[in-house]
Amino acid sequence: MIEIRWHGRGGQGVVTSSQLLTKAAIYAGKYAIHIPEFGPERRGAPVRAFTRIDDEDIEIRYNVRNPDIVVVIDPGLVEMKEFITEGLKEDGVIIINRPVDMPISLDGYKVYSVDAYRISIDELGRPIYNTSMIGALLGATKIIPLEYLIKALEERFSGSVLEKNIRAIRRGYEEVRLV
Amino acid sequence: MSVTDTERMKRVGLNGDEAVAYAAKHANVDVVAAYPITPQTIMVEKISEFVYNGELDAEFIAVESEHSALSAAVGASLAGARVFTATASQGLALMYEILYIASAMRTPIVMALGNRAFSAPINIHCSHDDAYAVRDTGWLQFFAENVQEAYDLVLMAFKISESPEVLTPSIVNLDGFILTHCIEPLYIWNERYIQEFLPDRKPVEAIDYRNPKTYGPLALMDYYMLIKRQQYEVVRRARATIDRVFDEYSRWSGRRYRAIKTYMMDDAEYAFVVLGSTAGTMRSMVDKWRGMGRKVGLVSLTLYRPFPEDDLRRILSGVEAIGVMDRSHTYGGPGAQLYQEIASTLYSLDEHPRLLNIIYGLGGKDFGPEDAEAAYKYLMRPDVREVWLGVEG
Amino acid sequence: MSSWPRDWRELPMAGIINIAGSSLDYKTGTWRARKPVLYPDKCIKCQICWLFCPDMAINRLEDDSVEINYEYCKGCGICAEECPTKAIEMVEEVG
Ligand code: SF4
Ligand code: SF4
Repeated sequence: MIEIRWHGRGGQGVVTSSQLLTKAAIYAGKYAIHIPEFGPERRGAPVRAFTRIDDEDIEIRYNVRNPDIVVVIDPGLVEMKEFITEGLKEDGVIIINRPVDMPISLDGYKVYSVDAYRISIDELGRPIYNTSMIGALLGATKIIPLEYLIKALEERFSGSVLEKNIRAIRRGYEEVRLV
Repeated sequence: MSVTDTERMKRVGLNGDEAVAYAAKHANVDVVAAYPITPQTIMVEKISEFVYNGELDAEFIAVESEHSALSAAVGASLAGARVFTATASQGLALMYEILYIASAMRTPIVMALGNRAFSAPINIHCSHDDAYAVRDTGWLQFFAENVQEAYDLVLMAFKISESPEVLTPSIVNLDGFILTHCIEPLYIWNERYIQEFLPDRKPVEAIDYRNPKTYGPLALMDYYMLIKRQQYEVVRRARATIDRVFDEYSRWSGRRYRAIKTYMMDDAEYAFVVLGSTAGTMRSMVDKWRGMGRKVGLVSLTLYRPFPEDDLRRILSGVEAIGVMDRSHTYGGPGAQLYQEIASTLYSLDEHPRLLNIIYGLGGKDFGPEDAEAAYKYLMRPDVREVWLGVEG
Repeated sequence: MSSWPRDWRELPMAGIINIAGSSLDYKTGTWRARKPVLYPDKCIKCQICWLFCPDMAINRLEDDSVEINYEYCKGCGICAEECPTKAIEMVEEVG
């Protein structure tokens, strides 16, 4: 079972990211669960969501405690090291939203970086990071083939918005780098 | 497209609210009267979307309160319609007086309840306060453990409630947020095949202006108690219909439904009894404990009303100690609600298992493996009768 | 009502009364302590009493004149109170 924790702030699409990945995993024939954490829902407040993916049915229904992967959608949260590495497995993966050449100290973890800010401004014209970050997650870990994510995305968007987001996903997938 | 899709069933990813909305659609309901409330909101949004798009040929009554929602549902059901409603917590509280009327007037309404804690303090997350608060209203009650069960139970509830020998409304409980908002994979029917299991409603004694009758009459010392006895017997005897419909649906869907799910109970010395989504978590813990040689088992109730007491007496007799898990509590009572019911169920046994009341997860407080371990430790201590898990001391 | 079953098994579901208009069997006229008396010469056929009577115990006739149905009149006195010409008077019920 792969357990993922998403970090971001209200309004950045943290819940949407976890939902899209879950649907993609289900379309890929896996069992997956998306668990949102609804606290005080305010734009800008730190928000978390959890995704579990397995080949077997998943019976457990509680928040992810020891993620294999942490995705930090909000660039500012990268500085909150204890918050984002809490419970992360020893060989855990962290995917951050940050220019790939910018130094970062998250010693002991496998850190992948993607400049989701650049991608979202280029492709969407607005700093909406979620699609580029899911793309980066799949690029770094290859846990689900990209086509299923696009299928999940097609359920949600259409027309030019869909096209733009698919481009953002593909760029995230390709531009993510191990740092 | 997943390889597991068939002509009859499709594998999809939906959250619990959406799954329930699909179940209402697949049940081809005639009338939906509901007022949105977290965490049930998505059900209402989705159903109104189905109606608006023309995907569901139903009357969606946008009411101004839950009291009106259930009142409208009662009227529509008496007129012979298949009626669905949904609510949670405070909304159910506002329906309260009509709950008794719906059941006593024998309207086979199906309600989905996104279980949520009662205020105050304001909380939108899961407790079973609402389900327990209406346990005496004469509605049948089912608890879903996951999103698939929530979907299936709504379909089964219509068939059970509308059976001529039952004609009693049903509540399908699903844990707020834990199930209402979590996306999981499930199989939903191709609508073309639903009629095989759930044909259109055949109303009994429906309102008909050509054949006027008096519904909901005044009944005082002469008839009130007789009518109540009649209703009491109907709910008690509904169990036979529930078992029959569960069996029929199990055969039809390939997914096994029973009033009670037991896990590793054959030789269990210790057992936990639980409702709702915590069952899966506890089952995984039982696996772990069994691996350590501990003889632990789990009992989870899919059927809560009518309470399956005879089965529970059989399953739980001979167990040394039982941890009864309540996602709610009662003030100043002899243990929380499920605990009381298990205690009275077991009272007629000659040898009583020791009982521990575990109050857990109120207002959505996460219940994980470490909490289950703590519960197990308390169960080993004969000196503890009740514990508020995570807030002891 | 005495013909109704006394066993819950035989009782109509939910106590539904299958006979329409069964309230006609209740001759509420025996409840009166005082009774309304109509003086047709004072009556202007305005129908106010007919409208107000809570028991539909005032019959409206072809020519819009009114009569009191003593089989059902409970003697509440509303008609007498509302009649604009005092064409109805409440008197003591005797016998
Ligand atoms: S006394 Fe009352 S019941 Fe009798 S006729 Fe007048 S209004 Fe009707
Ligand atoms: S209210 Fe008086 S005047 Fe009018 S119809 Fe009745 S009895 Fe006649």
